[in-house]
Amino acid sequence: MFAARLSRQLKAARTLRSARRISTTSARQSDALFVHRDTTYNNPKIAFEFNPDNLKRAEEIISRYPPQYRKAAVIPLLDLGQRQNKGWTSISVMNYVAKLLEMPPMRVYEVATFYTMFNREPIGEHFVQVCTTTPCMLRGAYDILDTVCKDLGGIKPGETTKDGKFTVIEVECQGACSNAPMLVVGDDFYEDLTPETTKKVLEAFRKGEKPKPGPQSGRLTSENSAGLTALTSKPPGPGEFCTPEFS
Amino acid sequence: MLRLVSSASRPASTGILGVVAPSTSARHGRRAFGSTSSRHADITLTVDGKEVTVPQGSALIQACEAAGATIPRFCYHDRLAIAGNCRMCLVEVERSPKPVASCAMPAMPGAKVFTNTPLVHEAREGVMEFLLSNHPLDCPICDQGGECDLQDQSMRYGADRTRFHEIAGKRAVEDKDLGPLVKTSMNRCIQCTRCVRFANEVAGVEELGTTGRGNDMQIGMYVEKTMNSELSGNIVDLCPVGALTSKPYAFHARPWELKHTDSIDVMDALGSNIRVDSRGVAVMRIQPRPNDDVNEEWISDKTRYAYDGLKFQRLTTPLVKQGHRFVNASWEDALTAIAEGLARSGAKGDEIQAVAGHLADTETLVALKDLVNRLGSDNLTLDSPGGHAAPVHSVDVRSNYLFNSTIPGVERADAILLVGTNPRHEAAVLNSRIRKSWLHTGLEVGLIGERVDTTYGYDYLGNDAKVVADFVAGKGAFAEKFKAAKNPLIIVGSSLVEHADGTGVYNALAKFVEQNKAKLLTPEWNGFSVLQRVASRPAAYDIGFVPSKKASSVKPKFIYLLNADEVDPKSIPRDAFVVYQGHHGDLGAQLADVCLPAAAYTEKSTTWVNTEGRSQLGRAAVPPPGASREDWKIVRALSEIVGSPLPYDDVLSLRDRMWDISPTLVRYGVTEATSTEATLAGLKTLIAGTNGAKVAGTPLKKPIDNFYQTDPISRASVTMAQCTRAFTKGEAYGFSEISSQPQASYA
Ligand code: SF4
Ligand code: FES
Ligand code: FES
Repeated sequence: MFAARLSRQLKAARTLRSARRISTTSARQSDALFVHRDTTYNNPKIAFEFNPDNLKRAEEIISRYPPQYRKAAVIPLLDLGQRQNKGWTSISVMNYVAKLLEMPPMRVYEVATFYTMFNREPIGEHFVQVCTTTPCMLRGAYDILDTVCKDLGGIKPGETTKDGKFTVIEVECQGACSNAPMLVVGDDFYEDLTPETTKKVLEAFRKGEKPKPGPQSGRLTSENSAGLTALTSKPPGPGEFCTPEFS
Repeated sequence: MLRLVSSASRPASTGILGVVAPSTSARHGRRAFGSTSSRHADITLTVDGKEVTVPQGSALIQACEAAGATIPRFCYHDRLAIAGNCRMCLVEVERSPKPVASCAMPAMPGAKVFTNTPLVHEAREGVMEFLLSNHPLDCPICDQGGECDLQDQSMRYGADRTRFHEIAGKRAVEDKDLGPLVKTSMNRCIQCTRCVRFANEVAGVEELGTTGRGNDMQIGMYVEKTMNSELSGNIVDLCPVGALTSKPYAFHARPWELKHTDSIDVMDALGSNIRVDSRGVAVMRIQPRPNDDVNEEWISDKTRYAYDGLKFQRLTTPLVKQGHRFVNASWEDALTAIAEGLARSGAKGDEIQAVAGHLADTETLVALKDLVNRLGSDNLTLDSPGGHAAPVHSVDVRSNYLFNSTIPGVERADAILLVGTNPRHEAAVLNSRIRKSWLHTGLEVGLIGERVDTTYGYDYLGNDAKVVADFVAGKGAFAEKFKAAKNPLIIVGSSLVEHADGTGVYNALAKFVEQNKAKLLTPEWNGFSVLQRVASRPAAYDIGFVPSKKASSVKPKFIYLLNADEVDPKSIPRDAFVVYQGHHGDLGAQLADVCLPAAAYTEKSTTWVNTEGRSQLGRAAVPPPGASREDWKIVRALSEIVGSPLPYDDVLSLRDRMWDISPTLVRYGVTEATSTEATLAGLKTLIAGTNGAKVAGTPLKKPIDNFYQTDPISRASVTMAQCTRAFTKGEAYGFSEISSQPQASYA
């Protein structure tokens, strides 16, 4: 996130140089736009509706909440909408959810802009999210990020490749720190990465395959990477070591 | 439209609402989300060593206030829900490990609170430092300068230096376009969310909210949209910093240059309490003045922004028509011309007609009525459709034409039937009370009349007199709800008397009230209210400024238009001699043979009677322009010249005369309830006078199409013209409209 922020700032500073700076304080822009702008691909006129499957699921989700708290379903419904809408939440998705839940559209916009996992801009087919929070960073997450960016043709975090296949962003901790460094593609975690395995994972996606999620180093989940040091013997069976009346 | 308000409720000290909530919710079997039950017990605690007793449920900040300790604050506002997000109100409470936000903390019995300890000082300094870390240092060019809470409080409570050196720069947020009234400068916003809470709770603009999170959070509508509300100007007052300022007033004056005059608004019949801020001879702006019985702390945008109309189109010298042109004249010549015109027209008795317009003040109405009566005429007409005939409800009993439930009383109602009225446009501030009660209690609203967007949900009953008959007969779901209600209220619009079926509707409703008097008419509750929409009307009815039956059929030869600008030119006979007295060269002046320039409401100290019958004293803030004079003095001078001088020479003796007519006219600031017996007698005469009325069934129409331009002042106002363009016609501000939600489909 920081990198994205920085690059934007540099750009702004470069264009401003010719003008006289009265104050020395530079403006710190946020890294995403928190207002909506109509574009050809994202405007309220583009229709969106749940397909019958999702509509059924939506109804099921809504039914989990008491009727006067219908609006509590806004997050799962936005997620459903995002999945149906190629991984991003357009203004039409938000408006549709608002209508479905009978709440003012602004209340949905508030939710959608608050949670960073709602993408409000289109993303590529494979959504690559590289974790750079401390544990991953200590295990070389920035190398992974650089590898990804270079491998995808020199794009920057937050950008999409020209062919629309990949989008890369930096994310915060995904809760897989024990297998740091890691990245997420879509809903799957790829862990224990090295620049080499990262390239392999991306290559597989590029070929249209789906690499096996989980640690790429060959170890099982988050077992000790140097082999087990405890609990190596066979676990005792039922009744073993018990007094005779229980065995 | 959802009725849920997403917030912590206000402490019980709010009064009426708190009391109503538990009982209604129990009866409807519905949970009232936005209200806590109120208990009347008092609790005692110690603030800075001083004991105070406050009602249970009060916030700690209120207890501190009560003890005389000033607590700095940004987000807390006692008329809005509590947000607790600015942290400026931190205080120390004994045995609490850290400072607590006093606005979000209920006062506890026996608590020991300290508001003036080193810990508190340090906490305030720290909060201030964070708030300022992203706040631009543009006070010299900020319109809020001089009345900015952030500026004042940072001087009082802030540190004298900063530790932030803005390595990454200050947060930059783009400005929003909220329309022609509210100017935004969002870099200055400190995210107190007062504006958001006001818009959602009070004004009913559910499009305003916060987007983003953390440091990137910003206030706005996400999509580009204007803030379409009659109350939007109030967010300018609420904003503690200069993020929201007034567009028309931008860079016109600094607060310390302004003279404040407490006065009364005349743009509608509510009599909102205002403060007129003037510099020299010009009104610079108009602000609300708190009055819990009338406007709480809000005023409508027309009240607030129509003042620039006082500068344009003014009549400044007497004008006499010669041929087809007006020529300037001295007062003497103009008044003589009128006396001659009166003689020439040969008007005798009822052929002398006086027409009272929307902005006529009470003193002048009394003087004009006395003069016309002295000249032998009873032809006192009101400037409204059908105003030349005696009104359907006679004016003998006040309760027949006043808002009997009183404005705060609206909050006690649990079922409201609106007949032929759109309170949102006829009394915007009253409308916010209905919304408040609709949000927080189980209030049910029904509407008979044109479908309108009211900012609350309602049951739509229909559009003509037949529906009223059905309702009275108890048909329909809403009639049942109304029957079941404890404090039912019928609000009748002032346009009903102007409607062809008005007689029939009044008859039906009066009978209904009489039949259900056990509920609608008790000593505690009067559930039959008429909502007047023009400032002068209640006073005109009070003093009997209505024609006698005989006079109303006479063709006038001499017409005196007092502020009358809504007259139908066709209703004025060609050969009649017409005098116009008023402050704007609007329609009335065009019809006149002689124009007399008078003072506008900010230029005279006069009495205004609001729709509840509450008389209030407006005060002159600036002198009238040019040769114009106070209205009643003009009438007094004229009386001398036409040879029947009025017996009062100063305003005090004129007010004595008003006292003789009705003491309520000069008992300022209070309402006097009509007794139940008198109300019933009034209804009886009303029924007797309207029995057998035919009902044609023509649809009821809302009287105000364009909220922003309803009188000569607002018609002359540039700001109001811009509002008309932006909001009423929707031009130039039509960005990203999503299909507007169907109104009130689920109430
Ligand atoms: S705009 Fe003003 S009122 Fe609204 S949140 Fe910002 S500081 Fe508060
Ligand atoms: S820090 Fe990367 S997953 Fe926790
Ligand atoms: S006033 Fe208490 S937190 Fe803002």
